[in-house]
Amino acid sequence: MPKLPLEGVRVIDLSMWFAGPMAGRLLADMGAEVIKIESLRHIDPWRGPVSAAVIRERFPNRVVSDRPYDCSPGFNLQNRNKYGITLDLGTDMGKELLQKLVGIGDVVLENYSPRIMANFGLDYPALKKVNPGIIMMSLPALGRTGPDKDCLAFGQTIDCLSGMAYLTGYIGEEPMLQSGLSYGDPLSGMNAAFAVIAALRARRRSGKGLHIDLSQVEGVIAFNADAVMDYTMNGRVRQRIGNRHPSMAPHGCYRCKGEDSWVVIAIPSDIAWQRFCGVMGQPSWTGHERFATTLSRYQHQDELDRLIEVWTLKHDHYEVMRILQQADIAAGPVLDAKELLEEPHLNQRGLFEAVAHPEAGTHPYIGMFARFSKTPISIRMPAPRVGEHNQYVFGELLGLSEEEMAQLKEQGIIGNTPFEVQQGGMY
Amino acid sequence: MEQALAGIKVLDLTHYIAGPYCTKMLADYGAEVIKIEKPGGGDVARRMAPFLGDDPHPEKSGLFLYLNTNKRSITLNLKSKRGVLIFKELVKDSDILVENFSPRVMPDLGLDYENLERLNPRLIMTSISNFGQSGPYRDYRATEIVADAMGGWSTIIGHPDREPLKPGGNQAQFVAGLFGAVGTMGAFYGQEATGTGQHLDISIMDAVLYIQMNITSMYSYDQVIRKRYGNRVWPFPGGILPCKDGYIGAITVTAEKWPILCHWMGMPELIEDPRFLTANERSEHVDELDAIMISWLVQHDAEELFREAQKRGLPFGLPASTKMLLESRHLEERDYFVEVDHPVTGRIRYPGAQVKMGNLPYELKRAPLLGEHNEEVYRDQLGYSKNDLVKLREQGVI
Repeated sequence: MPKLPLEGVRVIDLSMWFAGPMAGRLLADMGAEVIKIESLRHIDPWRGPVSAAVIRERFPNRVVSDRPYDCSPGFNLQNRNKYGITLDLGTDMGKELLQKLVGIGDVVLENYSPRIMANFGLDYPALKKVNPGIIMMSLPALGRTGPDKDCLAFGQTIDCLSGMAYLTGYIGEEPMLQSGLSYGDPLSGMNAAFAVIAALRARRRSGKGLHIDLSQVEGVIAFNADAVMDYTMNGRVRQRIGNRHPSMAPHGCYRCKGEDSWVVIAIPSDIAWQRFCGVMGQPSWTGHERFATTLSRYQHQDELDRLIEVWTLKHDHYEVMRILQQADIAAGPVLDAKELLEEPHLNQRGLFEAVAHPEAGTHPYIGMFARFSKTPISIRMPAPRVGEHNQYVFGELLGLSEEEMAQLKEQGIIGNTPFEVQQGGMY
Repeated sequence: MEQALAGIKVLDLTHYIAGPYCTKMLADYGAEVIKIEKPGGGDVARRMAPFLGDDPHPEKSGLFLYLNTNKRSITLNLKSKRGVLIFKELVKDSDILVENFSPRVMPDLGLDYENLERLNPRLIMTSISNFGQSGPYRDYRATEIVADAMGGWSTIIGHPDREPLKPGGNQAQFVAGLFGAVGTMGAFYGQEATGTGQHLDISIMDAVLYIQMNITSMYSYDQVIRKRYGNRVWPFPGGILPCKDGYIGAITVTAEKWPILCHWMGMPELIEDPRFLTANERSEHVDELDAIMISWLVQHDAEELFREAQKRGLPFGLPASTKMLLESRHLEERDYFVEVDHPVTGRIRYPGAQVKMGNLPYELKRAPLLGEHNEEVYRDQLGYSKNDLVKLREQGVI
């Protein structure tokens, strides 16, 4: 079996929720040994409410074992390929054990607000003393410096502060959230994974560790660079244009046959427009002067879109895609979760991987972000149950004896079952 | 002190957004990136708005200028036999090759990975395409809106009773470009240890799915199809709502923030109001809740709401326009925007570093003019004479 790209790299992951864990997921997917640390007082909120009763009320169809916090779909997707341990960093013993782990680690991942690591005595200067080569990756929402650095920000806050919300929405209407996707989180996770690997590479040459950090908000701003440049070059403030395009027409989202079923179509040129008219059966309206050129179609988009929808409403959305793609036109169905799981292209390419989880059962999970030809990456392990790898990490890696581990368990510093005190959590 | 990716040689065949963003990440953090452009027109992004002063000049495209910082540009015609030979010489000397053509292009040119691997076994070749290098949609056409729709993004944006929305801008392409950078770095790190190169296949459709929180897992575990909820952070109170001078992201997100918000609004009686107590109740009465919140929010300006909310531990956000971003004191004190000088455009501010690599140096050097480094690369690196270059130009090879 060829070595995976990041085999041999050990990551100590203190992060929770989505941003840090996304970085950990990417590194783990590429073969790094990612050790995720949770406290029994405060397990990763993405595991959901501790109470099975609450879960049954909110998610009546979910199959929940007597460890409902091990049965969260979001947590189990984001934390596959990782080892899971528990540790109470509020105790001296907990801090000491973490330092021991840092001593045998390469990377520390954390997404707390800047004060917290210092309060724990675990900021970069402290970790560097334990391991001079350690690479520490911090993912605060607004960065480690600046007047707003202590702002409390969730994904939707970042949608707003980064400018993403202002640029998303129906034409001429209110800004919209990327509801259902905390966009800043995965972007930061990806930027962090990139930075960590770059730092590992740099350390190979220099022998030195680094404290790397980013701002989640800034990660999203970069992805709207064209809007930023329009302002810095021309003083123009970009507005929301819905599903429209700055220059293409037709370009939009059209209703199809069936319940809440849609297709998107993008026509970049007069030649493509001719093919499109042909495919629709050359309805007489297409011959009108109003629709003859891109510019005139652009000016009459409202009417154009209504007329196109008369045609799309006659067809299933996959059918529209097939008909238009056969005529070399860019079109595709708006797919929902059920359709995505059944998607023929994705299934043929093996994007979903069926994984058996000891508490949650077997489910398909979104697999890898890239195919690696010589070192194929995949889901090797399901997401860890709370404290699942305590024996491996404390016993094998750190060499603690059975008695020492039993004592820690008694003191509640390590364990497998979270305490009853829990916050409401995301769901 | 050298940058993190110093000494890494990248051959860049990319164009437009996804590929160039991948190579921009590599270039901005120290790799030596040689960008190959078509003689005459160059990268298609040079012809994309926004242009400085709305003048469609190939050295004035804001998108191109941002995406191609820290790279050198040479022109090369891969449709000519001579061009392909020169390309192969460059490949031999490179660590990484990135391309984002549609999947038939490289094999048709005889430049698929199997052929290039023979020339350079340690090469990491990263291919970014709409739907990947295989599968029934491999040769399908796509643009940003198609990727957003098919990747499961549009299904969760917009009002429930109206058409789904694409996210603003070109997000799927930037995301795929960033995945390209992450994968390329991972593969390169592995190659530095083992000496073996490989081929990376990145699909923009897959990329959109990978960043999803959990919509497919939610369906598999709960048989719930996550749909769009407009501006709500379902199932919590609030969302983006109107206020006195515009809009505010009245974000609460976790259950324990609700009483804090009620006290602030001066409506403590709402805390125990059965209409708003549980997620299920709130879904039924969400319009009433919005109306109540709006009646209070419209009495206050967005900036005031943001600051006061933060003081109370409420994660409100101000929906910022690009103007507000450029005027942000926080971003200014962090030196986030960087001024870059350019012979054609003069000085313009660009978005700056995505990550801060500790004490390692960072510099945003301007994008290259078309073919600016032909002499440097062909003459100094490959050893062609001045006459050779004249001939190659005449033959349309460069």
